[in-house]
Amino acid sequence: MTEAVPSYLSPTGQEIIFLLLGAVAVGSALLVVTTRQLVHAALWLVLTFGALAGCYLVLTAEFVAWVQVLIYVGAVVVLLLFGIMLTRAPIGPSTDLDSRNKVTAAVVAVATAAVLVTVVIDGFRMAYSPLTPGAGAASELGGSIFSTWVLPFEALSVLLLAALIGAIVLSRTDISGNSGGSRTDDPSAPSDPSEPGTLRRPDASAAPPGGEAADGPHRMDGGL
Amino acid sequence: MHIVYPAVVAALLFSIGVYGVLARRNTILVLMSVELMLNAVNLNLVAFDVWLGDLLHSGQVLTLFVIVIAAAEVGVGLAIVLALYRNRRTVDIDHLRDLAEPADPPAETYEEAPADDRLVRSAAHSGGLTSASARADSPPGADLPAGDSPGAAPREGGPAGPGVPGDGLTGADAPRPDSTPRRTNDQPAPGGPEGGSAVRGDGRRVDRGGDTP
Repeated sequence: MTEAVPSYLSPTGQEIIFLLLGAVAVGSALLVVTTRQLVHAALWLVLTFGALAGCYLVLTAEFVAWVQVLIYVGAVVVLLLFGIMLTRAPIGPSTDLDSRNKVTAAVVAVATAAVLVTVVIDGFRMAYSPLTPGAGAASELGGSIFSTWVLPFEALSVLLLAALIGAIVLSRTDISGNSGGSRTDDPSAPSDPSEPGTLRRPDASAAPPGGEAADGPHRMDGGL
Repeated sequence: MHIVYPAVVAALLFSIGVYGVLARRNTILVLMSVELMLNAVNLNLVAFDVWLGDLLHSGQVLTLFVIVIAAAEVGVGLAIVLALYRNRRTVDIDHLRDLAEPADPPAETYEEAPADDRLVRSAAHSGGLTSASARADSPPGADLPAGDSPGAAPREGGPAGPGVPGDGLTGADAPRPDSTPRRTNDQPAPGGPEGGSAVRGDGRRVDRGGDTP
């Protein structure tokens, strides 16, 4: 690993491509955190993720690269764009995207970058590994996941299910205020706020529209 | 491939994410910056997996896990942001200060005052309960010589009689469920757990006073 380190002055083609992709990723990430338009920030984020996927490809992690393209570029950025649209963010340039502690944030970030880059260069200056293609292919990773990492994989699927249900319960308005109202009607009702909530829609319209998410758990404690 | 290159790129991406989290005001931009930091970690994981040549591919598998967790995080985070926008009509982090500590001392004294008031009220309440319970329990216990003790304590502790304090303690434990409903019948006013604790404490005190003479 650390023997016979080639010189930094004669980079290979892989290293040149990786550095170009890394420059694209870092530059577009800088534009993500400095642009004045929200939608442009999301689009620069697409470029960052795409360049990082290229970096993974250069590092022979093919499967991770395509998962990055599918999930980050395909799902996360689309989700963020939906969030931008649903919060009715201004489309044009807006002036209040940066907080007042911008200078402090810049100082902290530059200090973090200085420390990290110094430590990393000092620690891994002699680290070198030749790239062997096919090391991160889908068959290799699949075999590893479903033999060694099965238990974390299953736990992660449960976490995804919990996040899905949580996101649905949080984002639907006709669920949470309804459970408290039906709880006072029949105290023997099971503690399942999602199923009766969809059935009793008139209660949701009768409940106050604001603060129902805050009232729900409180009333549940009172009922219990 | 020199490992320094991906490590430096990841460090720069992480620092940019730190700047975004600290400097941005819009919640969605903060979420984007968190994604940048997670991607920096992913790049490190992949690079060190390649460098170490792990046969289990733990670095790349962990990268996949981080990607999945990031997707779940963005989903739940955006749901929270949307709920916030429904209630507050803003996603500006600098304006969401309801959970901040109050900086002015008058707010603290305002928080202190009802607590003291409640303490005083509960103390007076327990005293009133003592006299009321003694008054209510004296008619059934009037035939016994210990007139100042409540009726429940002699009824249970009567067979034990002039027992050791250990018997008195069991007698003090036993009549408590018997005496508490009657007292709450006498005074239905006490509110919730506070009245229950007052009744229990005063019952113990009364029983101890009944044992000592």
